[in-house]
Amino acid sequence: MSSHTYDYLDGNAAAGELSAIFAMDVTIAEAQCAHCGAIRRFAEAHLYMQAPGVVARCAVCEHVLLRFVKARQRAFLDLRGMTCLILDTSQLQESG
Amino acid sequence: MWRVGTVVALHDETVTARTITLKVPDWPGHVAGQHVDVRLTAADGYFAVRSYSIASAPNSERRVELTVERLPNGEVSPYLTQELAVGDRLELRGPIGGWFVWRTEQTEPIQLIAGGSGIVPLMAMIRSRASTGSAAPFRLLYSVREPGAVFYGDDLQTLSDRDNKVSLTYAYTRATPKDWRRAPGRIDTALIADATWPSNLAPTCFVCGPTSFVEAATDLLIASGHGRDKIRTERFGPTGDRK
Repeated sequence: MSSHTYDYLDGNAAAGELSAIFAMDVTIAEAQCAHCGAIRRFAEAHLYMQAPGVVARCAVCEHVLLRFVKARQRAFLDLRGMTCLILDTSQLQESG
Repeated sequence: MWRVGTVVALHDETVTARTITLKVPDWPGHVAGQHVDVRLTAADGYFAVRSYSIASAPNSERRVELTVERLPNGEVSPYLTQELAVGDRLELRGPIGGWFVWRTEQTEPIQLIAGGSGIVPLMAMIRSRASTGSAAPFRLLYSVREPGAVFYGDDLQTLSDRDNKVSLTYAYTRATPKDWRRAPGRIDTALIADATWPSNLAPTCFVCGPTSFVEAATDLLIASGHGRDKIRTERFGPTGDRK
């Protein structure tokens, strides 16, 4: 998939939205792509915010890692594009 | 978690950008490079959230400075840059983001590359370095449309005059000061070679700006030998009110 449209941000731009759900800063975690297996920081994913929600794609293969939509008092979080999220628990004190 | 800050000062950086200084009583402290989400709520309950980088160094006064660039069709930035007054309250979430940050324990050379208002989080890093007495060598390459669009010009000059380990290079894209040595233009291979740390010093690079700028700058750094794992980026789009 072409990524030359320049319409994405970095995964770290999702830190605020995700801080409402997770106790830790997920953007500094390493995420393994379920499609290509690459392990990168979530902050390095390509983030698309033009959709009704937020879509994060793997920076290597552009496969969807995460979808997050809020509607009618509910939040829908789809994480099937990540096989693993590796969190540094020493950072627990710093999550904001 | 949303906090409430009170506006204690306003300062125009350029004709379209304003720095908002907030006092946030329950501010837990931040790290240079982090951002906040700002929420504006209308009388009918409609709200809009935008992210803005923090421009101030970590400090003990629970003071947070944001510099906001006004976008012509923005939903939030016109209010923040034109209507917000001293004494007003603002809802904030943050500090946010632990990735695009410079910590004072870092002693390696630091390369900062800013495109336009992408200077904001990098300024927080330069100010943080100065306020903690860090000796880490910093270089800033600041790409900006024209001299009048520069943020923090005096402050940057003072900080680099005072310490020869902070060097500053402007790259103007549309109009330069009189007798400037480089014709207006985007950053390129020659400028990267001339004004940034060579890759053999293994600097950590922070690149912030519009998405297309970040792509171009990152490609130039990689082409000149920098490892992708040494480059941290923060992009903002042309349509979101970010920064």
